[in-house]
Amino acid sequence: MEQHPEKPLRVKGGKWRPLIAIGLSLLMLGGTGWAALAPIHVASHDELFEIPHGTWARRMAGEKIEILPQTIRLTLGLNDVLLLRNKDDVPHIFGPTLIMPGQSFSLPFAQASTYTFQCTAHATGQLNVIVDPPPQSAWDRLRWRWRKLTNTAWRFAGLPYQHEHGGHG
Amino acid sequence: MRSNVTRLSYAAALLLSLLFASESASASTGPALKAGVFNPPYVAPDFSLRGSNGSDVTLARYRGKVVLLTFGYTNCAAVCPTTLATLAQTRAGLGKAANAVQVVYVTVDPARDDAARMKHYLAAFDPSFVGATGTPDALAAVRKKYGITAVKQGGGSNYAMAHTSSIFLIDRAGKLRALMPFGHDAADFVHDVRLLLVQ
Repeated sequence: MEQHPEKPLRVKGGKWRPLIAIGLSLLMLGGTGWAALAPIHVASHDELFEIPHGTWARRMAGEKIEILPQTIRLTLGLNDVLLLRNKDDVPHIFGPTLIMPGQSFSLPFAQASTYTFQCTAHATGQLNVIVDPPPQSAWDRLRWRWRKLTNTAWRFAGLPYQHEHGGHG
Repeated sequence: MRSNVTRLSYAAALLLSLLFASESASASTGPALKAGVFNPPYVAPDFSLRGSNGSDVTLARYRGKVVLLTFGYTNCAAVCPTTLATLAQTRAGLGKAANAVQVVYVTVDPARDDAARMKHYLAAFDPSFVGATGTPDALAAVRKKYGITAVKQGGGSNYAMAHTSSIFLIDRAGKLRALMPFGHDAADFVHDVRLLLVQ
């Protein structure tokens, strides 16, 4: 009986699978340990939200566009600057202020607290910003990194900002 | 089964790579002011309203000074007294530099706030403060330029006005540089005004 030439290679590759799985599992374990124990260093304190170009036109066409979540969660000393950028052609009330086309507004927070701003972009008329204290425990660091990771992944995929409790206005 | 484990491990490795990448992203310098900063700054929308000092109030009139612009009404129970007291402390904390600072308080309640009432009210905080009033339409136009909300609450003569409580910081060249949300203390204003005065 004639043997398929690729069959031996598959068997050979299969031998390495457990080792690859073990290696990657160890990497995952090590990464989780690092995420829990290593001090957090961030290159940028900005938490960016943008009004995309064409937002006004799309709203005028009846499309419901959600940009800024009802509640934004920041962490003191890490991502504690709310950066709002208007890339549309018209001024927008964005969070606590009116932002001109092409303009950005950068709002730093210096105290852990819950802040409420009037914001006409939301049905409730207000925007909540929760500023948490810096993570102290391993669990806090792990949670912070996980939230950062999921938000980054969500944005990379073009999905809206995720938050534990807040919806979009 | 093994294949699933391998896929999961690959996914975990990808997630970890993203995590490392997110903490090594390109750096950006944080804002130097305590207030929220507009970038780029544009010329602050000007207006002409009736002043509590007996003359018209325009921003152009105060070129060369840092203007702290805020909106409110003299019957305000909590927000406006706090804001105005903070701004009075700011001027006191600036010493001689206070001469280069002008507080402008625009009413959101023209039905009750005439120029004389505003002058009397503001003098209790700082006699240098200037109030601005006008017709409802003129004031609404100013609020629109700055994205200010003002909503009447309640009826009768004791109604309240829910209004935006932020303070705008306008530099000596008349550019709208920053917005300080309600709740900051005078030290933050002194810090920011000093920065704007030397720029």
